[in-house]
Amino acid sequence: MIRELHAFPGGLPLAHYMEWTCGEESLLQPLPARIVLPLQQHIGLPATPIVNMGDKVLKGQKIAAASGYVSVSIHASTSGTVTDIGDHPAPHPAGITARCIVIEPDGEDHWYDIRPVDEYTTVDPRRLQEVIRDCGISGLGGAGFPAHVKINEGVENAVDTLIINGVECEPYITCDDRLIQEKASYVVAGTRMIGHAVQAKHRVIAVESDMPAAYAALARLVGDDIELVQVPARYPAGGEKQLIQVITGKEVPCGGLAIHIGILVQNVATAAAVYRAVTRGEPVVSRYVTVAGAVPRPRNLQVLLGTPVTDCLRTCGYEPQPGERIILGGPMMGQHLRSTDVPITKTSNCILVQQEPEPAVELPCIRCGNCATACPIRLLPQQLYLDTRAGNYDAARQHHLFDCIECGCCSYVCPSHIPLVQYYRHAKSHISAEERRRDGADHARSRFEARNDRLRADASAETQRESAGNTASANSEYVRAAVERTLARRQARDAGPDGETGSHD
Amino acid sequence: MTEPMVISSPHRHVGITVRGVMVRVAAALAPGILVYLWIFGPGVLIQCVLAMATAVATEALILRWRGRPIRTALGDGSVIVTGLLLALCLSPLTPWWVTLMATVFAVALGKHAFGGLGQNLFNPAMAGFVFVLLCFPAPMNKWPAVPAAGAPAPGLMNSLGVIFVPKAEAVDAVSGASALNHMKSRLGLMEMVSEIRSDPVYGNFGGRGWEWIAMAWLAGGVALLVLGVIRWHIPAAFIAGMTCVSGITWLMNADVYAAPVFHLATPGAMLGAFFIATDPVTAATSDRGRLAYGVLIGILAGLLRIWGIYPDGIAFAVLIGNACAPVIDRYTQPRVLGVAG
Repeated sequence: MIRELHAFPGGLPLAHYMEWTCGEESLLQPLPARIVLPLQQHIGLPATPIVNMGDKVLKGQKIAAASGYVSVSIHASTSGTVTDIGDHPAPHPAGITARCIVIEPDGEDHWYDIRPVDEYTTVDPRRLQEVIRDCGISGLGGAGFPAHVKINEGVENAVDTLIINGVECEPYITCDDRLIQEKASYVVAGTRMIGHAVQAKHRVIAVESDMPAAYAALARLVGDDIELVQVPARYPAGGEKQLIQVITGKEVPCGGLAIHIGILVQNVATAAAVYRAVTRGEPVVSRYVTVAGAVPRPRNLQVLLGTPVTDCLRTCGYEPQPGERIILGGPMMGQHLRSTDVPITKTSNCILVQQEPEPAVELPCIRCGNCATACPIRLLPQQLYLDTRAGNYDAARQHHLFDCIECGCCSYVCPSHIPLVQYYRHAKSHISAEERRRDGADHARSRFEARNDRLRADASAETQRESAGNTASANSEYVRAAVERTLARRQARDAGPDGETGSHD
Repeated sequence: MTEPMVISSPHRHVGITVRGVMVRVAAALAPGILVYLWIFGPGVLIQCVLAMATAVATEALILRWRGRPIRTALGDGSVIVTGLLLALCLSPLTPWWVTLMATVFAVALGKHAFGGLGQNLFNPAMAGFVFVLLCFPAPMNKWPAVPAAGAPAPGLMNSLGVIFVPKAEAVDAVSGASALNHMKSRLGLMEMVSEIRSDPVYGNFGGRGWEWIAMAWLAGGVALLVLGVIRWHIPAAFIAGMTCVSGITWLMNADVYAAPVFHLATPGAMLGAFFIATDPVTAATSDRGRLAYGVLIGILAGLLRIWGIYPDGIAFAVLIGNACAPVIDRYTQPRVLGVAG
């Protein structure tokens, strides 16, 4: 059956620049001098360290445990000694540090005693989820959402279609393309495993139409149980909502999840990681990274997690130079790195070197509407810009600020060079901070009110005591008056003419 | 924002600037200006230079007064396009002081009184045009006559003289009624369209000579569409609206109402549909909104031409459309992905 594909609104036809790296076999990035593993490489709570400084660890050994449901474990990506657990520079939009476990490799790269799951088809889907979580699998496509959470949602809800996303829509990035070409069997087997875990009715592997080699590699392996789909190359076709729309024609409800319409999306690298986890018990310790742009030898590398970006660039013959900009991720959504001293994490798919562009002057919006035409969510970017610029955050929310996927299409086409995405990010973080503050304020208010109640209770008790005291003093007043009256009477009597015999004195 | 400068994604840009847009618009006007020059002589060019120079000078002065960076704002080219469009709406015979006042009004009150680029509610060129049309109707009503067959177009000195030393007899010697004006006044005298059309001021579709300028504006407009500077919605809706109004009246009585093609083959209609109504700042922004906006202007322009007291009503129609654009935007918001309805 040929699946009928649908279009998503907006988007951009971007030049791909994939030809430099998609045909070259990936290289194994050598062991670095130091491995730095951030405790948070996924969406959710950071993992909790379960090793101490000075501990010897083996490759694949769990060194930090998932803390809570939306969290995954972190594993040592090589054998060595834990030399530090503390704050180190990590890939973060604000360029700040994050809590990391630092390992000094011993060079042996000894594996921990990892164990496979027995024949997965006979295993309870819940057991598979545990394996997936234990092996530290979070979405390896970019967002890094813990895979087991999505899969659990898939177990609880009926999954109609499982989509394995191999659509690399950002220019330059070919790491999924290379992974499919080199490890197609992993991807296909992983698809079957996730499909089993969620009992998906349909299983689809989607690649972009400009990935013919990857398509051919998969086509040799898929059977009747998996549909292989080529999606027209248009940015951002690889976005979850867009891919769902292209493949099923359905829209993910605003504010809802894909699973609410019976769809589960996982990245191809995630599927391959599930395969490794299930058949070998192997956790996520490395990933494919594309090094592209203005580097002498652009290439895909298989990199151990925690390897510094600098090392990867060096493998491709590049030393950081002034006037060039290093981006972690693609040109549309990637993050500008102020230092190449940060480690590769589970979500790092590309290192891109670019010429520093001419600083563009931001002009006023001329309401040309190019942004609205390009927006794949059909938002009104110019309206959101006016709202956020004016600090009118309530209006921005009403204009669906939080449905923005930050794909960057609007900024890309803006003739006034307005950094729209930056305005939206700023507004989103402002609103979130405000909400946290309000939550905190709610907490403080409830405490304050509780304290007031307590004080009021104390005060009323005090009043009662006081009024009781008043009664006592009124009594004593009465007593004193009586005493004085008696004394007065007595004096009068003493001084009295008739005088009284006998005396009490 | 006080926090350290964060270099935010995306790290690429399509490479189009406001200046680039303005340059393309100006370039798309070139064929029409050339045809204009060919038929009516250098008057149009003098008006363009006068209006552009006035526009730039006015904007520079206001920017200085407002304490804004002059070079960036002038560099975007928008004020030059405003001056150019205004000059092309005026008659080539317009006295210099009328052009000057129209341009100063357009830039100072039409644009900067609202806050400058992107902030203005009304199309500045149309605001300036309507200002002088209301204040100085007499000189605004002098349109050049098409030179008789074989006769050359007026020369440079002649044109300069008409504009800068406007003597009544000199102006009268080169002016004549525009086709719209002629049609309106003759219809007022109870003549039939078919009789009126036999007058030499008419060509194959519209006014003789003028219809070719209209074709050239159309060609420039199509170029803007192809270049992606404008989208098809506003021009198509404008033309549909105008065709609708003139078509219905024409079908009702072809003796007293001119055919739709006569209305469309006027320079005003084509310049309005492709270059003026499409000014993004003052138009509706969504595709549906632009259709509504274009239809509204087309219908209004048609109605004003047929029943208004002025021969043409496009400038008024555009200003009314501008005033309605925010409301149109409000009611034509696109449905956000994943929102039911």
